[in-house]
Amino acid sequence: MNACNYFSMAELGAPPNVPKLRRRTLRAVRSLFTPLLPDDYLELINPLWSTRELRGRIERIDQEALDAVTVLIRPGFEWSGHRPGQYLRIGVVVDGVHHWRAYSLTSEPGRADGCISITPKLVDAGKVSPYLVRGARPGDVVRLGGVEGTFVLPEPLPPKLLFISAGSGITPIMSMLRSLHRDGTLDDAVHIHSARSVEGVIFADLLRRIDESNAGYELHLQLSGEQGRLSPGDLDRLCPDWRDRHTFLSGPAEMLDAMSERWEQDGDSGLLHMERFQPVIGGEPGDGEGGAVRFLGSGVEAHCDSGTPILVGGEEAGATLPFGCRMGICHTCVGRLCKGEVRDLRTGKVHGSEGEMVRTCVNAPEGPIEIAL
Amino acid sequence: MNPVTAETPTAEPASPLAHLSPEQLDELARELDEIRDHVVADLGERDRRYIESMIAMQRRLAVIGRVFLLLARHRPAQATGAAALSAAKILENMEIGHNVLHGQWDWMNDPRIHSSTWDWDTASTAEAWKHSHNYVHHTFTNILGKDKDLGYEIMRIDPQQEWHPVYLLQPLYNLLLAAFFEWGVAVHDLDFEAIRKGRKSKAQVKRELAGIREKAKSQVVKDYIAWPLLSGLATAAVDGAIEASRGSRRPGRWGRVARRALAGGRSSFRAAVAANAGANVVRNVWAYAIIFCGHFPDQTYTFTQEEVEDESSGGWYVRQLAGAANIEGSPLFHVASGNLGYQVEHHLFPDLPSTRYAEIAPQVKQVCERYGLPYNSGPFGQQLGMVQRTILRLAFPGGEARPKPGPYRGEDHPAL
Repeated sequence: MNACNYFSMAELGAPPNVPKLRRRTLRAVRSLFTPLLPDDYLELINPLWSTRELRGRIERIDQEALDAVTVLIRPGFEWSGHRPGQYLRIGVVVDGVHHWRAYSLTSEPGRADGCISITPKLVDAGKVSPYLVRGARPGDVVRLGGVEGTFVLPEPLPPKLLFISAGSGITPIMSMLRSLHRDGTLDDAVHIHSARSVEGVIFADLLRRIDESNAGYELHLQLSGEQGRLSPGDLDRLCPDWRDRHTFLSGPAEMLDAMSERWEQDGDSGLLHMERFQPVIGGEPGDGEGGAVRFLGSGVEAHCDSGTPILVGGEEAGATLPFGCRMGICHTCVGRLCKGEVRDLRTGKVHGSEGEMVRTCVNAPEGPIEIAL
Repeated sequence: MNPVTAETPTAEPASPLAHLSPEQLDELARELDEIRDHVVADLGERDRRYIESMIAMQRRLAVIGRVFLLLARHRPAQATGAAALSAAKILENMEIGHNVLHGQWDWMNDPRIHSSTWDWDTASTAEAWKHSHNYVHHTFTNILGKDKDLGYEIMRIDPQQEWHPVYLLQPLYNLLLAAFFEWGVAVHDLDFEAIRKGRKSKAQVKRELAGIREKAKSQVVKDYIAWPLLSGLATAAVDGAIEASRGSRRPGRWGRVARRALAGGRSSFRAAVAANAGANVVRNVWAYAIIFCGHFPDQTYTFTQEEVEDESSGGWYVRQLAGAANIEGSPLFHVASGNLGYQVEHHLFPDLPSTRYAEIAPQVKQVCERYGLPYNSGPFGQQLGMVQRTILRLAFPGGEARPKPGPYRGEDHPAL
């Protein structure tokens, strides 16, 4: 075999909170089932009983807006919790292939029924969102991965808050609002939300209800189809004291860039919290040079243009490659770089030395490379 | 293209690709690649359902087998249990284990059904198997001196292998190999030639031995200790309860209950050990038969190292075609053999899902017909008979290559 060993493995869900006694019992009877696990048989009865990875059953799917739904999921084991604003990796089967995506959790932590929710918006060219928005049915089982993300409310809670969201960027903020609303701590918050049209406002009813029942919450809805896009210039009019508020910003990249520039010039960047909910992958063509990729495991040769991730180039050339999130989070797609350099499509940085593990989903070759996959 | 007549038995069979130009070989490779690309593009939900339900069925069979064997003392329970367990073990090794380890299902990106995570119910570790089988055997198929599966380094299966007096014993150890096939494969994976020639570090040999030891231990504990013990306990409980419920007030009742429970338990333990051993042997013999029929029947060609120097990808395809032989059978036979009855298709495309082999077989045959290439195939009994004849004949010095059927000429022109 090549000196450059390869390692690849499809992504597994998060380890569930299995009660100790159950885990010990399963371990005790393991030798009856080798090389399988008792789990392999229990899963035949109920896939949620897997103690190797957390899975969940879809309980309900509610139409949230024109092309967005809220998917309510009951985890197979006790939910270990999340902080409002964090996202969850979720694994679904589409056309026989297991795919992983990250979605913001839209439920508040500690729901009485133990469920969690995500609110995907349809991306026509996507793989996973068409399934979740149109194909999924109550009863379907999904894999639940780790909870991640640093876009969360600080502790202790700052006295004055400002939320700015656009489109499906509202999802992490919804979890924050629900949590504050439940705890009765929505004392002084301004929320500026922008959506293209009335029908496209995700959580429209819920926002209105929160608005009605909390004197300290002030909602400004901007319909960009009629009133134009939200711009940094609107801040002084909609929320004159924006400079004094801890601000939570979530939306498309252009909005984040424009807003954060304003905070840098005119406000206190330390008070601005933001999340790019759409990762920047597939940078501008023209950045970097691309290159030829040789996959040492399969012998496949591919060519990637400057903006094309190694993973995509390889798949187009017919290689079967491990993949997970396709956004640089989960490390399922890593391969050992044996020769050449790569460009990180999120930062534009060129890096790579022999033996380095690189994520093929967010890196493009910079000149010819060899990778042990 | 010239019609090729059957070789006379005395001559070394001519290379099956001698009549093809490099350009023709390239074109052949392109056509076969295209068959593969079509299948890959079409893989989806239907395939996933198949392997998921196959795995579910295999596990149900295993459960049924083990449950019946809880009362193994009773003959009908023992026979039913052993049969279900044999079937489960066969499916586990053939249609599931072998094929998953080939990466046939990796495209699903499912962490449970993936060549990197799968382990199987046999003595070889998944790691060692993937090296000796997926890499060595499938790359150097039927090249004398390079394909270690050609006689497994202990048998003379091709007349071009030099004779040695030890081969006089091969009819005997052939039978032992069939019964204990999994152990033979595990030891074979170690690659004694590499160890002898120092191509393998001591540390690696040690690690591989530890792997086999670990697998052997867990298998022995499972089949010969843990499950029989459960059978013993279950039968003891049932027999004891029956005894306790009758002749209630007579003196010495509990003594009788204990004696009856002990006797029943002991007899079920022994019967379960026998049933599990039987299931393992059935699986071993079946795997042996299918695998030996894949490359050793008369129709298959072997290649010298000189013949394959600078081999093009078309040449590689032809070697796979000519070096393998299919087994004809019912759909059930193909499932039970892990679709290795489509050995030819499997060798052309080792990592395509096994269920697709039957679907592409007509296209492969067509390619063979157009390029004047052999498409080796025969009924199970005939193929197995040929293999056994070769093993007996080549135990003695000499021997000649068996006549080859020549190029495939369509369904209406059956081969020899």
